[in-house]
Amino acid sequence: MPGPRTLYDKIWQDHLVGTQDDGGTLIYIDRHLVHEVTSPQAFEGLRAAGRKLRSPERTIAVPDHNLPTTEGRETHIEDDQSRVQVDLLDRNAREFGLHYYPVADVRQGIVHVVGPEQGWTLPGTTIVCGDSHTATHGAFGALAQGIGTSEIEHVMATQTLLQSKSRNMRVEVSGPLPRGVTAKDIALTIIGRIGTAGGTGHVIEYCGDTIRALSMEGRMTLCNMSIEAGARAGMIAPDETTFAYLKGRPHAPKGAQWEMALAYWRGLQSDPGARWDREISIDAAEIVPTVTWGTSPEDTAPITGAVPDPERFEGPKREAARRALDYMGLTPGTPMEEVAIDVAFIGSCTNSRIEDLRAAAEVVRGRRLAPGVRGMVVPGSGLVRAQAEQEGLARIFTEAGFEWRLAGCSMCLGMNPDRLEPGERCAATSNRNFEGRQGRGGRTHLMSPAMVAAAAITGRLTDVRKLETVAS
Amino acid sequence: MDKFEKLTGIAAPMPLVNIDTDMIIPKQFLKTIKRSGLGVNLFDEMRYDRDGKENPDFVLNKPQYREAQIIVAGDNFGCGSSREHAPWAIKDFGISCVISTSFADIFFNNCFKNGILPIVLPKEAVDVLMKDAEKGANARMTVDLPAQTVTTSDGEVFHFEVDSFKKHCLLNGLDDIGLTLEKAASIDAFEAKAAAARPWV
Repeated sequence: MPGPRTLYDKIWQDHLVGTQDDGGTLIYIDRHLVHEVTSPQAFEGLRAAGRKLRSPERTIAVPDHNLPTTEGRETHIEDDQSRVQVDLLDRNAREFGLHYYPVADVRQGIVHVVGPEQGWTLPGTTIVCGDSHTATHGAFGALAQGIGTSEIEHVMATQTLLQSKSRNMRVEVSGPLPRGVTAKDIALTIIGRIGTAGGTGHVIEYCGDTIRALSMEGRMTLCNMSIEAGARAGMIAPDETTFAYLKGRPHAPKGAQWEMALAYWRGLQSDPGARWDREISIDAAEIVPTVTWGTSPEDTAPITGAVPDPERFEGPKREAARRALDYMGLTPGTPMEEVAIDVAFIGSCTNSRIEDLRAAAEVVRGRRLAPGVRGMVVPGSGLVRAQAEQEGLARIFTEAGFEWRLAGCSMCLGMNPDRLEPGERCAATSNRNFEGRQGRGGRTHLMSPAMVAAAAITGRLTDVRKLETVAS
Repeated sequence: MDKFEKLTGIAAPMPLVNIDTDMIIPKQFLKTIKRSGLGVNLFDEMRYDRDGKENPDFVLNKPQYREAQIIVAGDNFGCGSSREHAPWAIKDFGISCVISTSFADIFFNNCFKNGILPIVLPKEAVDVLMKDAEKGANARMTVDLPAQTVTTSDGEVFHFEVDSFKKHCLLNGLDDIGLTLEKAASIDAFEAKAAAARPWV
């Protein structure tokens, strides 16, 4: 009789293929998501070894990282190497018979937006993708992990992963979220508190009434950034919000199977008395709109705060902070609200879903981009884009002077034509502010969609709570 | 995969914390469809200026470290993206061992798949190794995987832990896909059981 278990323990045990004599543990993988950047070498490896792709029906492919987000991309991609990767995915997807959303398909988008949208992401499943932000899918109570290309090839050939079990970490957030505070601010607050290695070796489960009150979009934003806290995965136990989101999705179960699935899903909760290796609790009332000042997602400050003095830090972090401020072109003591921006980017697998666009549009409505600021809105999928157009959000953005672009990873990582010029400063809804991430020499400040919208309007980082929203 | 058994070589000190995979290999080099040839772009934006000229202050550009085979790094090495291009670039440059107080999980796993040994040691040990690495080319460290030890140029020995299965694969240069395929019957059995219990998946 097993003792009380965590949600992670339960999913792990339900996917255990076997523990090998030599110490490796094999876990079964229910869904494998594939994009064009980390898969070519894995497909090539399979071919070279004369191996088959074991379960094409469990493998879903979509191009996202390399794609330009402008019209005409389905017939021509200017950059040779990008075109080769996108073409190769197309060829591999057709040859191996994968579920596939090509560039021209309205369902195409960022892999972590498409998976949930199409109902591939289900509670209690194991999901992998050659992308660290696979953690996103944990929002549904799935065990979702980013893997490297060798592991991609392993999953392709065997539908399993060799792994040792991670530790359990519980992050509880309680109380109603204050006005102007979103899932992104929760994520940045957690990372600011525990650091980018704070979750290393752990799977995080987010609990508490604040989390329960989040929409699926908010939960995806939060789980998405688990990797920025160093965690192997992040997850949230499924509940009525999850089930309501899933019902009717193209690949979600139907009819009698839906009822059967629901019965199983309702058991996917951590048991009372389950053992946690680490526990953190956060009072939602203490969370404020948060921005980053440095080149690590742990370099956070409340928007009401100032650029910190590196001398305030201990040990090697002091040197890292000095280097970060030098790269970011910031002076200690400068109020965050005085930092002027060049670019406002709304998009990425962290914040490009319909709720994110609604939140940003709410701030932008009836206003215009500050002079000299370039504003970009990049929906997470073709379907999000279509819905935003239907709801009139696209018009709010374009009338304000934003570019309304096609779905893809865009400026989150600068592998496509959307990137910062050296020295340009960007308010971004993405997930990483690393040196060079959005383009060599580019300076990234991470924040929520509403906060990026506010910065776009005023031309500097701005406390969104100070801007009155115009009623629709 | 290359085997890793024992290595005696120059260690390059990189005391910076949170060296992320975007630093190790920037995104523009992820457009390759091969695993080889990335060594020249390892740490590209730190190693070269915007015109492609070498930055003489960067550790791997210093004459005494150009042939480094080991990196001694600050905390949380390899954080960020899952790109296996990071260990590919490290290996292609000629480095087969990275020593730090901690590694990001995905990067850590990726190393073992590419004949690179990542070693986790307590801060006090890494501090000693960092000092040893700062001595330059005359200081050669020895990493011994069967014995699970790192020995400084002065003969100080540190023992490290390593997962027994990963050690076994690295010592023998094993392709773990081949090993797992031998378990096909267990995978088939699992699929049959799971299909009955959770037919909607």
